[in-house]
Amino acid sequence: MNDVVISVKDFRKTYGDFVAVSRISFEVLRGEIFGLLGPNGAGKTSTLECLEGIRKPDGGSLRILNVDPSREAHKLHNLIGVQLQTSGLPADMTVDEAMKFFCAYHGVAAREDLLERLGLGQKRKSKYHELSTGQQRRLALALAVAHKPPVLFLDEPTAGLDVGSRTELHDLMQELKEQGTTIILATHDMAEAEKMTDRVAILLGGKIVTAGTPRELTATGSGFTKVSVRTEGSILHHNGFSFPAVNQKAIKEDYAIYFSTDPGPTVTAVLDYVAKQGDKLIDLRVERPSLEERFLEITHNGGAK
Amino acid sequence: MTAFTNHFAFEFKTGLRNSTLLLMNYLFPLSFYALMGLVMTQINPLFKDSIIPAMIIFATMASTLLGLPGPLVESREAGIFRSFKINGVSALSILSIPTITTVFHALIVSTIIALTARPFFSGINPSNWGIFALLVLLTVFTFGAIGALIGVISTGTRSTVLWSQIIFLPSMLLGGLMMPLDMLPESVRAFSSLLPTTHAMQAMLGLAYGQQTVMDPLVSALILLASGLLAFGLAIYLFNWDTHNSARRGHPAMALLVLVPYLVGIFLK
Repeated sequence: MNDVVISVKDFRKTYGDFVAVSRISFEVLRGEIFGLLGPNGAGKTSTLECLEGIRKPDGGSLRILNVDPSREAHKLHNLIGVQLQTSGLPADMTVDEAMKFFCAYHGVAAREDLLERLGLGQKRKSKYHELSTGQQRRLALALAVAHKPPVLFLDEPTAGLDVGSRTELHDLMQELKEQGTTIILATHDMAEAEKMTDRVAILLGGKIVTAGTPRELTATGSGFTKVSVRTEGSILHHNGFSFPAVNQKAIKEDYAIYFSTDPGPTVTAVLDYVAKQGDKLIDLRVERPSLEERFLEITHNGGAK
Repeated sequence: MTAFTNHFAFEFKTGLRNSTLLLMNYLFPLSFYALMGLVMTQINPLFKDSIIPAMIIFATMASTLLGLPGPLVESREAGIFRSFKINGVSALSILSIPTITTVFHALIVSTIIALTARPFFSGINPSNWGIFALLVLLTVFTFGAIGALIGVISTGTRSTVLWSQIIFLPSMLLGGLMMPLDMLPESVRAFSSLLPTTHAMQAMLGLAYGQQTVMDPLVSALILLASGLLAFGLAIYLFNWDTHNSARRGHPAMALLVLVPYLVGIFLK
């Protein structure tokens, strides 16, 4: 289970004088869903394109199941599946033709079951340009996984998908993971990354500024847990009392929000105070920092952890 | 079906489904052929002697120079070639299959012209159909290869039109399609020696019709073959997957090497 499927060491990519990726290293293990996060221009696409064999790296080494993508491209195409962000299909190609076309190049039978599962069964005769954005993305996913590749690259897979399709995609990703497929997920959707990935790396300015499990990353941030309290008499809005472990307080709409380093004593003290003051609790929410907040914290600080 | 037959079938159908390609492969050349057959044979009865090769070469130019390069550029810009590369479609397949299907469309139109010119427009048939068929195949291949090379080196659809027209328009005027080569002034004739159309016409008229030609028709056929092979080799060498078509193995100006057989032909004359 713990064998390395993707290995990136001191990888560097430049375009003229512009350094897109600067000596980054990471490994992805078999059956892992690894998130590659970062704002636009962070180096995600360059990293993915070099791993997919589309571009050549300018330094370092890249390996996918011991295959060098830039030198052994002929061995690569059956090892990887790629759902590209852009279309990647001729406008006049029908759904059926696309499935047969790509499966033939991979030497496998066309996977009609996948078209059914991804809700494209009724669209088989439709041309690519006649599909909605969501249908196009589902087709791209079906084509990426049709030959059952051990490594799957997903670039913004849920962009443009409705809730149902998104859930179906996440179920499929989970199923593939359980079957041992290694997935690299590049996304701007932090909730998706937090829900689906085992580990993430955040790229900024071509460097990995932090990496780890989503839980580890959120824990290494400012460390504040948000305690939001709403009471009938809004007693907490006017209270200057300092509760234990609270670093900062804010008022937003009907809620008093406390940023706590230790939410247990904070909640106990707040509830005790509300009861003593004769006010009545309406709502209480305790939220640990999300990956999105941590991401914004890192990117706004220019990468400082 | 194998990957090749699947790819071929798709590209062939695209040549009929896509309205621009349908226009360039069939509607435009056949309409022009009908017009020329009706009008030009009345104005210039000598045109009947060359209507078959002239209109076949015209149809070939329409499908290969005006039809083939555009979709190659559009596919590259839309990231389709990237997707193909990731899925194991080779550069050779990406270039050769659309070229072969275009050749097929051109051959279908050529057959229609060859079979209808005599009954409809009193066109003169070639004296040697076998050699004529081989020369049509050679002509279609050479123009197909040049069309593929234009698609490969063009930075965008605008430059595709420019490069295609640089060959298409002089070929129409000076390539011997409308006006016999021996009627052109000597200086213009030298320029027309740089056009594949001129050599295709000279080879067909000399070898398949047994007519007197200005150039050695066998040399013209060899020049066509050499330039076709060179153009296709250069297209493969200069081919680039990249959406922006910025980085490649050689400078696009290398495409001018395709003129070498024509220049050699001028010196051999």
